[in-house]
Amino acid sequence: MKIVVCIKQVPDTWAEKKLSPSDQTLDRDSADSVMNELDEYAVEEALQLAEKHSGEVTVLTMGPEKAAETIRKALSMGADAGIHIVDDGLHGSDALATSTVIAKALGTVEWDLVILGSESTDARMSVVPAMLAERLGLPQLTFAEKVDVEGTTVRIQRQTEYGHDVVEASTPAIVSVVEKINEPRYPSFKGIMAAKKKPLTTLTLADLGLDAAGVGLAAAWSKVDDATLRPPREAGTIVKDEGDGGVALADFLASQKFI
Amino acid sequence: MAEILVLVEHVDGEVKKVTSELLTLARSLGEPSAVFVGAGFDAARDMLAEFGATRVYVAEGSDLTEFVVAPKATVLAQIVTEHSPAAVLLASTAEGKEIAGRLAVRTGSGVLTDAVAIDAELVASQSVFGGSTVVRSSVTHGTPIITVRPNATSPVAAQATAERVDVSVTLSDSDKAARVVDRVVKEKGGRPELTEAAIVVSGGRGTNGDFTVIEALADALHAAVGASRAATDAGWYPHQNQVGQTGKTVSPQLYLASGISGAIQHRAGMQTSKTIVAVNKDSEAPIFELVDFGVIGDLFQVIPQLTAEVVKRKA
Ligand SMILES: Cc1cc2nc3c(=O)[nH]c(=O)nc-3n(C[C@H](O)[C@H](O)[C@H](O)COP(=O)(O)OP(=O)(O)OC[C@H]3O[C@@H](n4cnc5c(N)ncnc54)[C@H](O)[C@@H]3O)c2cc1C
Ligand SMILES: Nc1ncnc2c1ncn2[C@@H]1O[C@H](COP(=O)(O)O)[C@@H](O)[C@H]1O
Repeated sequence: MKIVVCIKQVPDTWAEKKLSPSDQTLDRDSADSVMNELDEYAVEEALQLAEKHSGEVTVLTMGPEKAAETIRKALSMGADAGIHIVDDGLHGSDALATSTVIAKALGTVEWDLVILGSESTDARMSVVPAMLAERLGLPQLTFAEKVDVEGTTVRIQRQTEYGHDVVEASTPAIVSVVEKINEPRYPSFKGIMAAKKKPLTTLTLADLGLDAAGVGLAAAWSKVDDATLRPPREAGTIVKDEGDGGVALADFLASQKFI
Repeated sequence: MAEILVLVEHVDGEVKKVTSELLTLARSLGEPSAVFVGAGFDAARDMLAEFGATRVYVAEGSDLTEFVVAPKATVLAQIVTEHSPAAVLLASTAEGKEIAGRLAVRTGSGVLTDAVAIDAELVASQSVFGGSTVVRSSVTHGTPIITVRPNATSPVAAQATAERVDVSVTLSDSDKAARVVDRVVKEKGGRPELTEAAIVVSGGRGTNGDFTVIEALADALHAAVGASRAATDAGWYPHQNQVGQTGKTVSPQLYLASGISGAIQHRAGMQTSKTIVAVNKDSEAPIFELVDFGVIGDLFQVIPQLTAEVVKRKA
């Protein structure tokens, strides 16, 4: 089985704002943690499926030069090959353009499944997987908390507002995963060394036969008019419980008319 | 007046509160037409009329809900093509955003997600980076497709006729590519729904798996119960109640966090709450940076005392 995983490098804004020393998951810091977190789960799921069904995993990213680091990370986790779409004309692409470019690039390789994260931490739109399914006219198996493959049948548990749906389709199909699905592995030293020898293909817009006028900032179908920083929350009152903390809290809630 | 489409969120005709919010918002932009997909329109009609739907496009047929997302985009795309509305509004839920994304591709339109307000010129305000920045954006191509966060607008009734207009669509093979073979519905109990509630009481790892104190307070305040990922991962509370980046985004009048440290991924889901209150035994917990009022203490002491006070004062 051949699997392509779409991974995105995201700015380190989360890490910058990260303040919690108790937060285990994020503690393995900076340089490494720039792969969109949910995409690590997508890579992990692909690796597990490939191990089970003797498959091959290719990771694909669209992003600037620096995004190659994210491919390296996925390769050191165990992916077999990388595709990097890099072109100055892509700067400022919105989800519509991103899905157009990825859809086109997916035409350059063979695959049975494409796996994505269900959301990127910077855009937080959660629309690229659905758009990709729409553009390719293929089954949308998104928000998967469980994926099973049997021959050409893929069955997922799709996380819903009220529980989950069991959804079935035939390959080729587009899958996106939620973080509940697995626990991503850390790259081993051996993996890191092996990654250096794995094939990485670079593609430009011209290679894909796409016109820069159709993607990137100028072609975006929505625009930001302005952005304002919300004034920081005013520092609140913090009291130490001396046996009457609950009463103090009740007083506060009453003063705000909640009780 | 310009027609504004609102996709109705419902379960068998039981309409979600967010739909009344979207209809209210749509009235400030033009004339709202609701779009109802699936079974149960008769049960939904009164509510749609009450909140000002002049028209309701109704697409019935079991095959519309038997497949993932695509059929709903097909219904909307057909109405957009036939009636050229000024905008399409959907709820900013996981599925609402997916429908919006497919509809945008289908109709060649720009899409904006997670709006908290929309002005008369169809400029949407979005709260990004966990609520620290407000961005105002507009769609420059096609029919603006905008998903709106639940709880961002207060629903106001304004009776209209809700005239029924039947829509029939033919699904393509690719619309039918991903079939729902089973639906598993978790018992949700009698409490308000998380994204709709005016008050949310949440518990984290600090509860040590005992949510009874959290639930008792929630019931005293008529609040919904939320949980951190640490709590849902441990199986202490259902994932449906998770608040945060990969859970629900909530924006209630009051958010009360107990035994939650306030990791960035948790904050992403609750930072825009109007009033934030926390109980944590660690004075260094980052959640205290957000609070209007915080108590440093053991939640098993503070919360039951608070619950007793609430019950007493409400009596
Ligand atoms: C991809 C990804 C997505 C994620 N998505 C989410 C998400 O959607 N939502 C989410 O919440 N997290 C999410 N996380 C996890 C997040 O990083 C934190 O690990 C999680 O929020 C921690 O939960 P917590 O605050 O309950 O636990 P902890 O961080 O362990 O904090 C427990 C707190 O309880 C306090 N405490 C302990 N005992 C008591 C007591 N008796 N009385 C009072 N206080 C007490 C402690 O002082 C501590 O501050 C995500 C992580 C990743 C990597
Ligand atoms: N530039 C990109 N390159 C590769 N994959 C991407 C890119 N942007 C988004 N994705 C994929 O789409 C998923 C959802 O992203 P989004 O719709 O932006 O929230 C991510 O988790 C990635 O798997």
